[in-house]
Amino acid sequence: MSFFARFAQNRGALFGLLILVMVVALALLAPLLYPESPWRMVQRPFLAPGELSGFPLGTDTMGRDVAAGLAHGAWVSLLIGLISTLVALAIGVPLGALAGYFGGWIDDALMRITELFQTIPSFALAIVLVAIMSPSVGSVVAAISIVSWPPVARLVRGEFLSLKQREYVEAARLAGLGHWDLIVRQILPNALSPVIVLASLMIATAILLESSLSFLGLGDPDVMSWGYMIGAARTVMRQAWWLSVIPGVMILLTVLALNLVGEGLDDALNPQLARQRH
Amino acid sequence: MSNPLLRIERLALALPEGADRLYAAENLNYELNRGEILCVVGESGSGKSMTANAVMGQLPPGVRAAEGRVLFDGIDLLRLSEPEHRKLRGRRIGMIFQEPMTALNPLMRIGEQIAEVFEAHGLLTTRQRQARVIELIDEVGLPDPRSIARAYPFELSGGQRQRVMIAMALALEPELLIADEPTTALDVTTQAQILRLIKALQARRGMAVMFITHDFGVVAEIADRVCVMRHGRIVEMGTAEALLAAPQEAYTRALIDAIPGDALPPEREAREEVLLSVEGLSKVYRSGGGWFKPKREVAALNDISLTLGRGETLGIVGESGSGKSTLGRCIVGLERPDAGVMQFAGAPLENRSAALRRRIQMVFQDPYASLNPRIRIGMAIAQGPIANGVAKAEALAQARTLLATVGLDEAVAERYPHEFSGGQRQRIGIARALALAPELIVADEAVSALDVSIQAQVLELFVRLKRELNLSLLFITHDLRVAAQICDRLIVMRKGLIVEQGSAQRIFTAPREAYTKELLAAIPGRDRGVSHLATVTAG
Repeated sequence: MSFFARFAQNRGALFGLLILVMVVALALLAPLLYPESPWRMVQRPFLAPGELSGFPLGTDTMGRDVAAGLAHGAWVSLLIGLISTLVALAIGVPLGALAGYFGGWIDDALMRITELFQTIPSFALAIVLVAIMSPSVGSVVAAISIVSWPPVARLVRGEFLSLKQREYVEAARLAGLGHWDLIVRQILPNALSPVIVLASLMIATAILLESSLSFLGLGDPDVMSWGYMIGAARTVMRQAWWLSVIPGVMILLTVLALNLVGEGLDDALNPQLARQRH
Repeated sequence: MSNPLLRIERLALALPEGADRLYAAENLNYELNRGEILCVVGESGSGKSMTANAVMGQLPPGVRAAEGRVLFDGIDLLRLSEPEHRKLRGRRIGMIFQEPMTALNPLMRIGEQIAEVFEAHGLLTTRQRQARVIELIDEVGLPDPRSIARAYPFELSGGQRQRVMIAMALALEPELLIADEPTTALDVTTQAQILRLIKALQARRGMAVMFITHDFGVVAEIADRVCVMRHGRIVEMGTAEALLAAPQEAYTRALIDAIPGDALPPEREAREEVLLSVEGLSKVYRSGGGWFKPKREVAALNDISLTLGRGETLGIVGESGSGKSTLGRCIVGLERPDAGVMQFAGAPLENRSAALRRRIQMVFQDPYASLNPRIRIGMAIAQGPIANGVAKAEALAQARTLLATVGLDEAVAERYPHEFSGGQRQRIGIARALALAPELIVADEAVSALDVSIQAQVLELFVRLKRELNLSLLFITHDLRVAAQICDRLIVMRKGLIVEQGSAQRIFTAPREAYTKELLAAIPGRDRGVSHLATVTAG
């Protein structure tokens, strides 16, 4: 069975993929659909959805188009989620690989560093980092990556610990392959499937983290994001609940979609386990 | 007896769509009488276990009974509902599994696990259950039943756990006992004890036993009647003595011939030139040693000395925990010994150079774990030479030649490991070891995971390659029958010590040490071997 066929066996994953494709399309089309800045005030404030044609989702407290904010926010959320996950992988995978492969004092040292990061509540750390570095897209990405790499390092280390004792790795070592070849060519490809699954879930977590930071006013002041929209609307929750709920639902759907896709990837990459589960 | 306890009629078990064949088993017909031991023999994939699962009502998901009947004392087991079947399981049909290590709950005491069987069927009071548990533990021959009942599974050895499994299966005095490869995971001496136990219990209780195995030695040891299966069909069926003495079908004969039985290894000339010498090798494994627990030390090797001549095959024989694998791993350089000197063709093996490392290669036990699932096999073979400086194209071309040498098609170099069977994978593993043109190959249980007929082919390959390439072989195995086929000289190990060494023939004909004698006596089917069938009936 092909990879996609196994993936598609999980209906939820297919549904998740559909939502994800729609969100990505929205993000990509945002500059075409709403060429003007989402920060521009275009109508009177507090327009309810559907109240005025041309503003299907209404306007917010300052008279900005909610639909435009949503579309541009999708771009920011996805970009920050993706980049910060890639950076976290770039930190976590090598550290975990080295710790697991070499063991001994290298493992001890790297794992103590990892634990240091794990013992600090990740959201608090992210807030402190963004506050120190002053809010911008770069600092938000950096903060999210720094708080989310430890689980990656742990996972990769665990995989390496078990895989390095496999007979094919020992055979390669006997054949005279060096550490680099053993790590990159023999072990890493076999350790990647759980990492891919984790990464898809990490994107979801990163989107949540970014939204939370923006909600607290720690997002980049120049870019529109879903978290900012909720944060700005929280004071008018009673008068205009939709201003919080609409971006909230977008976050919910995107995170749900990523989780579903992650589960589908898990099934597709570990067909043995998937068959038992269903 | 006119009315058999178990009668299987035209049974067909359908595999899920997309499997390599339509039926796991088809057109099965056999009977099992009370007080009889029927051995169902077959190689992997023959459908022998699947039939037992059908009787137990535990077919894996996707497999279903397509046709036929399974009559147990007149009741069709295939038509029973799950609750009805459950009532029968345990109470009238007991089962023992292959893997005693995983069949017990690690968090429950042995006594509780056995008592649970009564509890599940709502039998006896708590006090009676405890008394029965002690009786059962005693009956399966475990020492000091009271302390065993309080023990956790990890405190028992494999053989003891298998006895506990038997006690659980026997708890409700079933009329039929199904034993699915119950001795395969055990050492040979333990296997002999378990076989004796099953036979004694069967005789005492008059049970019917359906014994599933791949080993004709075990069949000769225990069976009243034999049913040989292949590819889901019955090949041949008959009484043990008739079938073993005069098999009708070519397949049965091939299986029986594939077992060395009591064939003696021929005397082979001694070799002059010493290739490998090992002196005073010791290795201690240390584990634990935290703040609150003491260190555990296991001496895997204790002052081992041996020599291996050029072109010689030296067999290292021992049961699990004898240190035989550690010895092989020290010699190839996967483990570092604590003490001792190893010399290879005059050069010391400590901190060996890449050039020296290349000359000693290894063939591993598990053909499924020894090939990287994500690397094409041509590359898997070529990567050693490439790492040693051979150009990539040349190494890949050489890999193809090697595949032909080990009896595979050259074109398979482009495939991934999962497309091959166990025997083929083991050939690939051998080709990989040969790629570096080694002088010594350490084969660690290299044929243990293979079916007997495949085993014979791979052993033949070893012998041929050894002759053609003038290789020396260090052959590590737990199976004396395999060692007898291939080795010039044998070393018997136990608990990290060399018990006895000598020419293979001398060890087989005139063992000096009690342990060696015990090992030889434990070989299933040896005394009542394939050619000495008069005694089978008496057993």
